Amino acid sequence: MEESECRALDNKEVNFMAEVFKNSEVIKMTGIGKTYKMGSSEYVALKNIDLTIHKSEFVAIIGPSGAGKTTLMNIIGCLDTPTQGEYILDGINTKCSDNKLAEIRNSKIGFIFQNYNLLPRLSIIENVELPLLYMNIASREIRERALEAIRKVGLEFHIKHKPTELSGGQMQRVAIARALVTKPQILLADEPTGALDSKTGKEILQILKDLNDEGNTIVLITHDMNIASEAKRIITIKDGEIISDVPNEKFYKGVSVCS
Amino acid sequence: MAATSIWANKMRSFLTMLGIIIGISSVIVLVGIGEGTRKQVQNQIEKLGTNLITVNLTGRRNVGLSNSEIEELKTKPGIKSIAPSLQSSVNLKAGTKTYSTTLEASTPEYSEIRKINVSSGRFITKRDVENRYQVAIVGIDVANELYGTTNVVGQSMQVNGVSFTIIGVLEPQGSSMGGSGDDRIIVPLSTAQRLLKNTEIRTFYIEASSKDEVNNAKGYLELFLSKKFKNDTNSYRVFDQTSLLDTANETSKSMTMMLSGIAAISLIVGGIGIMNIMLVSVIERTREIGIRKAVGAKRRTILVQFLIESAGISCLGGIIGVLVGFLTAHGIKTLLKMPVSISGIVVVGSVTFSVVVGIIFGMYPASKASKLNPIDALRFE
Repeated sequence: MEESECRALDNKEVNFMAEVFKNSEVIKMTGIGKTYKMGSSEYVALKNIDLTIHKSEFVAIIGPSGAGKTTLMNIIGCLDTPTQGEYILDGINTKCSDNKLAEIRNSKIGFIFQNYNLLPRLSIIENVELPLLYMNIASREIRERALEAIRKVGLEFHIKHKPTELSGGQMQRVAIARALVTKPQILLADEPTGALDSKTGKEILQILKDLNDEGNTIVLITHDMNIASEAKRIITIKDGEIISDVPNEKFYKGVSVCS
Repeated sequence: MAATSIWANKMRSFLTMLGIIIGISSVIVLVGIGEGTRKQVQNQIEKLGTNLITVNLTGRRNVGLSNSEIEELKTKPGIKSIAPSLQSSVNLKAGTKTYSTTLEASTPEYSEIRKINVSSGRFITKRDVENRYQVAIVGIDVANELYGTTNVVGQSMQVNGVSFTIIGVLEPQGSSMGGSGDDRIIVPLSTAQRLLKNTEIRTFYIEASSKDEVNNAKGYLELFLSKKFKNDTNSYRVFDQTSLLDTANETSKSMTMMLSGIAAISLIVGGIGIMNIMLVSVIERTREIGIRKAVGAKRRTILVQFLIESAGISCLGGIIGVLVGFLTAHGIKTLLKMPVSISGIVVVGSVTFSVVVGIIFGMYPASKASKLNPIDALRFE
């Protein structure tokens, strides 16, 4: 019986699948390189990166410090521009003006930083509202969407507090809410558990996993293999190059693949 | 957003504002004093009568108008009356008290022309002049100094050693240009000429028959005098209150300009203070700028945020400055009894100027903030 279910796809089905696959490309990098000029010498941070990430993936980028993880994250997050290659984010070529890049960061990317990067003078709700202020939406909707995002991370009883009154785990949840509030194409998490103890770190990871289950695309940058192992796809970089790009076996155990 | 960050650094914002506060309040006060003085001078001149024409004879030769010339002038159209006047400083003595003051000698017309009235007693009459009576009208300051009271009609005093009877006391005049109107005595012209051994009269007050006739009368007088002095225009001066008003206005205008200039410099210094503190603020908030940029703030948004903040500081400083200026002006008015007049234009102008200062001096720090690279800004500790 199982044998009969496993059949080759016909042409029509292959084309359809290819189309779906292509449309679901969120990140498409070809030949990305980044070279820093330091006086007369040059430092190559990234070379020839080809990377495609589809919708709803949960990707961990892992590598030792100095491998180029942060540079890659900055380029993915449109905080930095590559010196070579082409980067298409959700169908948009990122080789564009400073203003356009700000718009892309605003609407397509949600950042989650290791040190939370919340504004200490603003309350929790104001911090979450921050990205929405740079969009053109009515203030009532801003409040509603911010509340919705805060509810998602379970902090609705703390909205008037200042970040400094919260624990590290709570602050990171605020940061996640802020990243979620614009409904971005990707959530970009840079060592999100780096500043937390292992228990709260696990909670934060669980939130990310839940968000991924709801269909969010997550890119996680870490140097910790234990954390990376929670992702469904693990990309290892070293000396500015991708040295491996594999699905996480843990999630695909027992899944038979037709050959 | 700007308000919260100004509030978060209350002390610093206040110190930054101080420059602007001092600048604006000094503009308000200084311009107020200038304007008040100008108005006071204008009032006094107008009180003297706008029909008044003054002739001063300044020639070195033995000059003066003869009685027949004066009588001839009086008949001319446009001229209502003429009061010749002599001035000299004299020493008074009453009992054991001595006092020196200004003696002014004239004819009965003087009272009407110079709008001077007595509060008690009477003014000089024609008979006093014709008979060279030794009578005097005293100002209240003189009366108070010599007798300690203003009830002095009928008293006698010595003027340069000659005995005079007081026949009247002047109404309080207040001080005006050219000394206090209360610190003088008025005597009949002929009496003074004998007392001072001086028959040369160099000042004439002339009243035109109406305000519109002032220019006619003035023109006629000039013609008459230039004929008399054979075109030597340096030996006489004819002026009316309009030219006096103009001169006074010019003087106070240039004074106001100078004061505003000084105040403007202090505003610019205040502006540099704002720039300074905004630059510190940009460095301090580098991380905040990085976060804002990472979540999608554009360059312009950051620029505007910082500009609003510096304009807000300077505007607030301007408003506080206006209040401080008002209070100071009020204090000066009541305590120092100086005339102060604050106009709306100055208030609006100085607040506007302070906002402009904030924007101009906030421009550089704001543009510096907007150009920060988000990566460097996020990494900033």
